[in-house]
Amino acid sequence: MTAVRPTGGWIIASSFLLAFLATSIPLSGWPGRLWPDWVAMVLIYWCLALPYRIGIGTGWVVGLLVDVGRGALLGQHALAFATLAYLTVQTHRRIRVLPPWRQAISVLAFLLLKQFLVFWISGVIGYPPRDGWYLAPAVGGMIGWPLLFVILRDARRHFQVT
Amino acid sequence: MAALKPSRRIHYLFTVNPTATLQLGLWVALSIAMMTVDHRYRALDGLRDMLATALYPVHYLARLPIDLQGWLSENLAGRAALLDENAQLREKQVFLNTQLQKLTTLEAENRRLRSLLESAVNTPERVLIAELLSVDFDPYRHHILLNRGRRHGVHVGQPALDQQGVIGQIIRTDPLTATAILITDPNHALPIQINRTGVRTLALGTGNFQELELPHIPNNEDVKVGDLLVTSGMGGRFPRGYPVGTVAKVEFDPGSPFAHIVARPVAQLDRIREVLLLENELDATRLDPPTPP
Repeated sequence: MTAVRPTGGWIIASSFLLAFLATSIPLSGWPGRLWPDWVAMVLIYWCLALPYRIGIGTGWVVGLLVDVGRGALLGQHALAFATLAYLTVQTHRRIRVLPPWRQAISVLAFLLLKQFLVFWISGVIGYPPRDGWYLAPAVGGMIGWPLLFVILRDARRHFQVT
Repeated sequence: MAALKPSRRIHYLFTVNPTATLQLGLWVALSIAMMTVDHRYRALDGLRDMLATALYPVHYLARLPIDLQGWLSENLAGRAALLDENAQLREKQVFLNTQLQKLTTLEAENRRLRSLLESAVNTPERVLIAELLSVDFDPYRHHILLNRGRRHGVHVGQPALDQQGVIGQIIRTDPLTATAILITDPNHALPIQINRTGVRTLALGTGNFQELELPHIPNNEDVKVGDLLVTSGMGGRFPRGYPVGTVAKVEFDPGSPFAHIVARPVAQLDRIREVLLLENELDATRLDPPTPP
C-alpha cells in the first residue's frame, strides 16, 4: 500500500461534532427512543472508509469526549467505541463491498453490541436499564445508516478526505 | 483489487490487522482502569474538568437551535399576541403583589414568633439562575447539565428548583458547568412531608419523569389523591416547605403493610429550561453535629 498523505482531518472532526449535536437533540415519544447514536455511526463510517487512519485509538478518544459531554462514567463510551472501531476495522473489507442497505445489517449488529456494553456498565454502577427500549437506538441506527453513508461518502469524495 | 485471482480475493476479504486485537485489549484495560478510578475514588475530576471546559463551546452550540427557536417565536409573535400576554402578565402581577403584601406581614410575624420560641430563623435564601445545557442521553439516568459552575459559586449538594417546585440537586461541579440529579432519578431519594397531614416519608425516583414513589406509608394512613408533598427539611440538603409533587395514585394492598403510593412531580422535569439554585445559609450549620449544652 502506498503511503497516503492524510488530508481533510477537519471534515472528519466536524462530522463527529455534527453527529454529537444531532445526538443531543431532545426528542420525545417514540422518535426519541429510536433516535440513534449518530456519533457511533460516524465512527463506523470512518473506520470503514479510512481504516488505516481512523481506528481503535480514535474511537477511544471520541468515546472519552462523549463520556465527558454526557456526564457518563469516564471510560464508559470509550470502551464501547473502541470495541465498535475494532469490529469495524477488522471486518471493513467484507462490509465495504456491500450496498448501503446491506451494510446496515452489520451496523445494526455493531450498534446493538455497543448499546449492550454501555448499558451493561451502567447496570454495574447501579443504573440497570428498566426495559428493552435501550436497544431501540440501534434499530434507528440501522434505518438511518444508508442516508448517513451516502452523505458522508459524498462529503469524503467532494473534499477528498484520505 | 480487480487484478487479484478469486482465491486471493477471498483471502483479501478476510485479512485482519494482527495488532488490532492487542490494541483493543490495551484500550479496554485503560477504560476499565479509568472507570474504576472515576467511580470509586473520584480521582479523575481534574481530567474531566479540563475536557468539560474544552467541550463547553460544543454544549453552547448544541443549545443554539433551541435558543434560536425561542428568539424567533418571541420576535415573530404578532402584536396582538404580545399585547394579550402583556395584559395577562400585568393582571398576574397585581394578583401576586397583593399576595406579597400579605406575605411580608406574615413573614415578620413568623420571625417574631420563631424568636419567641428560640428556634432557628429561616434566613432568606440567595438564588442563582442557571440554564439547561444538555440532558443525559441515557434514558434511565436523569442527570442534567447546567451552564453555571464552580466559577459562579455552584457547589455540590445545592438544591435546584424551577418556578413550580423542587427538581433536584447538584451532584458534580466543573469550572463552567454543573451536573444536577433530578428527583425522578432511580438513585435519588428526597425527604418529604405530606402538607395536609404532616406525615413524613421519602420520595423515591422511578426513572419516569412523571412518577415518584412514596414508600413506608402504612395502609391506615390518611393519604388522598391530590395531596401536596413538600420538602421536610430532613437531611439538611433541602430547605423546608418547597413543593415537590402531588399524590397521583393511592393503592391499598391488603397483603402488604404499606400502601402503594405514587406521586407526580409539580415541576415539569422533562421540560426544564431554567433552574434556580438555592444558596441556603443554614446549610453549613445544619450539617454540623449539635453541640452539647
